[in-house]
Amino acid sequence: MPYEAVIGLEIHVQIKTRTKMFSAAPYQYGAAPNTLTDAVVLGLPGTLPVLNYAAIEKCAKLGLMLGCEIAEVCKWDRKNYFYPDSPKNYQLTQNEEPLCIGGKVEIELPGPSRNVEGDHRWVTLNRIHLEEDPGKLTHEAFETVIDFNRAGAPLAEIVTEPDMSSSTEAVAFLNCLRNMIVYAGISDCDMEKGQFRCDANVSLRPVGTNKLGTRTEMKNLNSISNVKAAIEYEIDRQTEVLKKGGSITQETRRWDVESSSSFPLRSKEEAHDYRYFPDPDLMPVQMDRSRIKELEAELPEPPLDKQRRYQESFKLPFTLTSVLCVNRELCEFFEEALQTHQAPRQIANYISNDLLRELSAASDSGDCALDVGQCKLTPSHIATLVKIIDEGIISKQIGKEVFNEMFVTGEMPDAIVEKKGLKQSNDIDEIEALCREAIAGNAKAVAQYKEGNVKALNALKGPVMKATRGQANPAMLDGLLKKMIDEG
Amino acid sequence: MSDLHFKTITELAAMLAAGEITSVAITQAVIDRTAAVDAQVKAFLSSDPKDALSQAKASDERRIAGKSLGPLDGIPIGIKDTLAVKDQPLRCASKMLENYVSPFDATCIAKLRKAGVVIWGRLNMDEFAMGSSTENSAYQTTCNPWNLETIPGGSSGGSAAAMAAGEAIATIGTDTGGSIRQPAALCGVVGMKPTYGLISRYGLVAFASSLDQVGPFARTVEDAALLMEAMLSKDPLDSTSIAPQGETNYAAALKEKMGPWKLGVPQEFFAEGIDPEVKTNIEKAIDWYKSQGCEIVDISLPHSELAVPVYYIVATAEASSNLARFDGVRYGHRSDEAKDAMTLFTKSRGEGFGDEVKRRIILGTYVLSSGYYDAYYLRAQKVRRRILGDFEKAFEQVDAILTPTSPTPAFKRGERADDPLAMYLSDVFTISVNLAGLPAISIPSGFTESGLPIGLQVIGKAFGEADMFAIANAFEQSHGYYKMMPAL
Amino acid sequence: MSETPHIDIDYVAKLARLDMSEEEKSKLGSQLDDILGYFDKLNSVDVEGVEPMAHAHRVANVWREGDLTGETYAPEILTGMAPDHRDNQVVVPKVVE
Repeated sequence: MPYEAVIGLEIHVQIKTRTKMFSAAPYQYGAAPNTLTDAVVLGLPGTLPVLNYAAIEKCAKLGLMLGCEIAEVCKWDRKNYFYPDSPKNYQLTQNEEPLCIGGKVEIELPGPSRNVEGDHRWVTLNRIHLEEDPGKLTHEAFETVIDFNRAGAPLAEIVTEPDMSSSTEAVAFLNCLRNMIVYAGISDCDMEKGQFRCDANVSLRPVGTNKLGTRTEMKNLNSISNVKAAIEYEIDRQTEVLKKGGSITQETRRWDVESSSSFPLRSKEEAHDYRYFPDPDLMPVQMDRSRIKELEAELPEPPLDKQRRYQESFKLPFTLTSVLCVNRELCEFFEEALQTHQAPRQIANYISNDLLRELSAASDSGDCALDVGQCKLTPSHIATLVKIIDEGIISKQIGKEVFNEMFVTGEMPDAIVEKKGLKQSNDIDEIEALCREAIAGNAKAVAQYKEGNVKALNALKGPVMKATRGQANPAMLDGLLKKMIDEG
Repeated sequence: MSDLHFKTITELAAMLAAGEITSVAITQAVIDRTAAVDAQVKAFLSSDPKDALSQAKASDERRIAGKSLGPLDGIPIGIKDTLAVKDQPLRCASKMLENYVSPFDATCIAKLRKAGVVIWGRLNMDEFAMGSSTENSAYQTTCNPWNLETIPGGSSGGSAAAMAAGEAIATIGTDTGGSIRQPAALCGVVGMKPTYGLISRYGLVAFASSLDQVGPFARTVEDAALLMEAMLSKDPLDSTSIAPQGETNYAAALKEKMGPWKLGVPQEFFAEGIDPEVKTNIEKAIDWYKSQGCEIVDISLPHSELAVPVYYIVATAEASSNLARFDGVRYGHRSDEAKDAMTLFTKSRGEGFGDEVKRRIILGTYVLSSGYYDAYYLRAQKVRRRILGDFEKAFEQVDAILTPTSPTPAFKRGERADDPLAMYLSDVFTISVNLAGLPAISIPSGFTESGLPIGLQVIGKAFGEADMFAIANAFEQSHGYYKMMPAL
Repeated sequence: MSETPHIDIDYVAKLARLDMSEEEKSKLGSQLDDILGYFDKLNSVDVEGVEPMAHAHRVANVWREGDLTGETYAPEILTGMAPDHRDNQVVVPKVVE
């Protein structure tokens, strides 16, 4: 009997606020241990939580971005469980009445090759709620040490419906989701910093049936490749069990990167009895409808909508949109450049090839994606460069040189051209004279060209370009050479 | 001036203003009195006479400089061991917090400091405010100064006994189900619980968050009113605190407001279980109000017999979660037998908590646990609204409600120690007030034949403190029981 | 619930992380069964359609505006109260996941 997988994901996103969810202590990644605490964060006797409104707004914005309905009223519950990283031994969360309800995320599946766009589909969300992060445990040889810096950082938990059927879909979902969250400025979603964490629920059912099988939950998947590997491992494992006539135990499993396999978590064996009840210290939040309309108006265009628009309005190929549209800053850069010079294809080319390559080379980490704002080039640099090429002031070849120069110095391309005397040469007498020399000096190439080998012409163009330091108008050079050989 | 310690705040404030006395002298009198009688009364868990005298000295210097902070400036006030005072022990009369020192002031303490109060000592209580006799302290059993064989009531028994014995000019307690009013009645002093939200709970170690309130013990209603005024605050650190509404110059207003009032008497409170001497005493008090032209209205609070079960479900549920933070991880008692995450919690908590606290944690955990939540906790929350509805209906007809504070006078030590249910029933007249979030005051209304004090409870409308104080003040001033002191 | 209620005290004590002797448990168990029996009174009242009361008053939208940073505690405040600590971190017996 063939089985199909049913996958649901729970994603914890650390919301980018200056201060914590229920206290004014700051949060930032990487601070020295226990330097970002206060009485509330440590759960000292007598302390009370006070809601950080910024977290509510950012989570509402996230919900709007992901097509959720924003609740009229949301409330706070206590989730009671003991763990040494939890300062109160309960977590403030939203169980009964979450802030965001439903929602759906458009995903793009991988195409048959990198250059070909894949299918799109929608993944349905169940809800998004807010909760507080616990502290961080570090397990040493004989002891565990605790840093409470992270405790109380605001988390949005995004819960999908069991709506995916393969690791490929799950990965596509996570990538698209992450792009949208980063686009909306809710979080940087850096998985290494724990800003974007994923748990996966996996079950199998016979193909053609609807009833969900027993699921297992995979915890601590801290990279996209782990998510992929863990889901694939779990599908294989469950398939084996079922094929042998066994049954699946509902359990929480931990992915172990070293061994590329997962194990049931001992501490989670105990039945979940979280004794949720309404938190008596926090009052309900009534969402102001007019404020929600304002937040909605502030939302950025989602990446896949943008990709569609670029393809339709600007006729950009997928090879360019797939590079541009995952990065909101690049898109803004691109659209601003269009204000100066309407040449979308060429501008997009410069951005997604030359600019990204140089940024990548320039940044130590090799990760250039977010550094557009820090580089010396403005949209007007690139637009002007494309413009002077289009106007025949410089050749494309010279354009590359100008690009590299302006990337380093930040000077405008026309100024560089002026300063270095790079303007394209349209001096027909000079070029004709040089062509004559070239033809005289390379009889072999002339003969090959005459036999029909058009490429042989390049051997004649070379010396001319060299003599003009690349400034000879390529079209003029090409025309002159052909004419002179044919005629002569 | 040998009896300075028995004077009222208003008397002492007048003497201070007239330059007849100093705060140092008052504070020294209270320190001397405590040294003389506390071996019998056992109201204080700890005290720091040097610190109190230095606060008193600072007060005297302010007064000499013409910068007195008002009628409370220089008055020594005792503090229940559940309110955080910076750099002082905060043990909640529990072994769990044996060595814990608070790094911050509770908001109400900070407010009292602003009024110039001399913060004086740590007063005994039932462990974590759970109890009605102060027998549940892990450190000592406080005795009722009127009869050392009997209990002082609880949970703020230390605060009430210290008042009655003249070991402080006033004291501060907390009231979750009667923990100020019941001991006030049993010790023959004034004890008051404000409308829920009027005094910040920040720095009050939570027992049951939706019921807990801070309030004063004093010799007279006027003194209690002065302390209330000083502690009022809409505190940004407590989301459940609210701005006062209506008249808040309580001390001034209580002399102006002379009625006559419409006073409700709930028949349910005079039925079974009430001591005949208490019944007769309160009926006499009601007759007195009638003789003064007040209209006495028979009212019904039909759900009041459900107040005890509702209270013990709501309060224990909240407590089970509030006390989860006492786990031996960050502060407080850690068991020597802690070997792993489980025993770290179970052994530390098993050793740190006393019987009554354990009993309530178990009960509260049970009523929230899977399968029982709807039958107990949710149902109790609904009945709680019914109880509030009873009061709202009654207050359509009356300005205040008169009841006994406690069904019996002080009972003998150990008498109810093994019968928790009987102990719980001693709060039967006070807890519905907490469930409804209303203000109430207990004032001395006479003595039993054996010389034990009896208390009259005046329950006000929400934010109706001004009327409530005036009603209580009228009785107090015409009867003068506050001038009676126990022979110690 | 109107059956004689009985607390599974081992289960609840484990949930509450309370170590208790068998003697303590059996004494507590019978006391709690009495109390639960008393709670049965609640079934005498009709609460159909009644909104549960989680707070003593109906205030909403209490929050901190502006996301402004407040004061933090020096790690010494925590290590000064923690039963065991090392290098500014709280130490507990090894936690096995």
